[in-house]
Amino acid sequence: MIFASYTNIISPLGFSTEENYEAVANSRTGVKKMMLPFSQDPFCVARIDDENINQYFSGVGASAEHTKLEQLSILSIQDVLNQSGINPQDSRTLLLYSTTKGNIDILENRYSTIDRNRVYLSAFAHHLQSYFKFKHPPVVLSNACISGILAIIIAKRFIEQGRYDNVLVCGGDILSEFTISGFKSFNAMSSEPSKPFDANRTGINLGEAVSTILITNNKELGSGYNTEIVSGASANDANHISGPSRTGDGLFQCLTRILAENTRDIGFVSAHGTATPFNDEMESIAFDRAGLHTVPVNSLKGYYGHTLGAAGVLETALSLESMKHQRLIKSEGYETKGFSGNITMITSHQDKLFSSFIKTASGFGGCNAAALFRKING
Amino acid sequence: MNAIISYAHIKHNQVSVNGEVVFRSDSALSLPEFLSDAYKTLGLSYPKFHKMDAQCKLGFLCAEFALKGTEFLTKVDLSRTAIVLSNAASSLETDRVHQHSIDDKSNYFPSPAVFVYTLPNITIGELAIKYKITGENAFFISEQLDAELLVNYTETLLQSGTEAAIVGWVEVDGTQWEAFIFLVQNTENINKNSIFKPLNQSTVITQYNQTIWTH
Repeated sequence: MIFASYTNIISPLGFSTEENYEAVANSRTGVKKMMLPFSQDPFCVARIDDENINQYFSGVGASAEHTKLEQLSILSIQDVLNQSGINPQDSRTLLLYSTTKGNIDILENRYSTIDRNRVYLSAFAHHLQSYFKFKHPPVVLSNACISGILAIIIAKRFIEQGRYDNVLVCGGDILSEFTISGFKSFNAMSSEPSKPFDANRTGINLGEAVSTILITNNKELGSGYNTEIVSGASANDANHISGPSRTGDGLFQCLTRILAENTRDIGFVSAHGTATPFNDEMESIAFDRAGLHTVPVNSLKGYYGHTLGAAGVLETALSLESMKHQRLIKSEGYETKGFSGNITMITSHQDKLFSSFIKTASGFGGCNAAALFRKING
Repeated sequence: MNAIISYAHIKHNQVSVNGEVVFRSDSALSLPEFLSDAYKTLGLSYPKFHKMDAQCKLGFLCAEFALKGTEFLTKVDLSRTAIVLSNAASSLETDRVHQHSIDDKSNYFPSPAVFVYTLPNITIGELAIKYKITGENAFFISEQLDAELLVNYTETLLQSGTEAAIVGWVEVDGTQWEAFIFLVQNTENINKNSIFKPLNQSTVITQYNQTIWTH
């Protein structure tokens, strides 16, 4: 059995998973309209306060030696190492890093003291390996917006194969002019706080975050959440590189594979829910086709924006916390049905007895992924 | 048995299939010129090719050469076929183009047609679309071809519902570029007279180093 165990979330809503859960459970959102260093107009984004990063990192190391993403990653990984007590130098431990753009701000010449070579993801990963003295070079996954949840699925597969006992899955991406200008060129950005699945949704907010989850076969380490990763799958729409399948084919394929023998008693679905018109519509169709009409659905993008390579890890960590508290989290920004599939949105925070949830994601390149998590007894 | 049934390698303005150079362009040609030549020699008519960035074109051509003359696409369940690719530079070549388009505020022209290629797994998406392959996806970043990672991960897939895979390395980084793609299939589904090697790390390394490039 493979467990999802200790977690950390660093976001505008806090530097630990508990802080983040507390904020979200009190309906606080990290998305704000603000001026960014490179923009003339305000943007609606979820940005981590620089002063907070400096304050946390000053207790750890010299900030001039690490990029912003490296500092956040070090803080996040260190928190999970501290909680779990696992040793990075152990040959049975692997770091699996999920990101879309890594240190992309190096291309923007934001650093004078950093080796520009660390814009290469393997150099970035090597930097983290040296910092923590990981025995193995980290494995880096860059698979668009499904990277985070796919990394968790891959971690499970590596452990099942017998290669490792512990895989630290860390997902991270920062806000950059690079990604903001790109999504803006697609007309995919909302100028107001995003409204996933709502009839009046107008697009995404971008966010930054780093989140880490320990995936392990050690039952004792797994006892924090007592949660098993039951199954996971990815699939491609084979339809379009920048738009999802209208019929949700790839996501539907993922759901049918992970649900094979487990269709009963799903507590909720943590959807991708980016708040673009096409994505949310596609997801509603895929969930409907997979027979999930009565299963409550939320998107956490209303709290965090779209955190790209961090999203799948962060949203899984928060969903684990939600299951621990036996409380469903409201899909922030949702008011009026804005999709054609028959699904049930979570419209307020509510207590519920449940023992499983599904996390899904879809992204550019036609990729989709989904995983099923289940609480175990004892 | 899981076997590598065919492989292609593109480097130094040459294409090799199963270890033998099958196409060679003038070594002075630039990458775009070489890609255009290689596309022509395959006699393809695929308009989407011309919209791709260089990395996707390179990956696409390498897959075409590996698949040519095989029955791979007709023998496998495309919904249970995985695409697992890797490289060192992610999408850095196109990242630089997008960055250039936003560097100068008086000459600001970010384009969605460029931005969409600033993710390495778009190459996987392009192959999936061309061949209607809907199985597992993964794009790994490693400093150099990591045969151990690719073989191990492909094996985890083959043990859990995947029955075939397109696996390899596709990289464009300035003047450094290379693609190496191999096709993995269960030998139960292939002609007994075909030549194949078992899927393992040493097979991949041998095949990767097999081609004798002429310059």
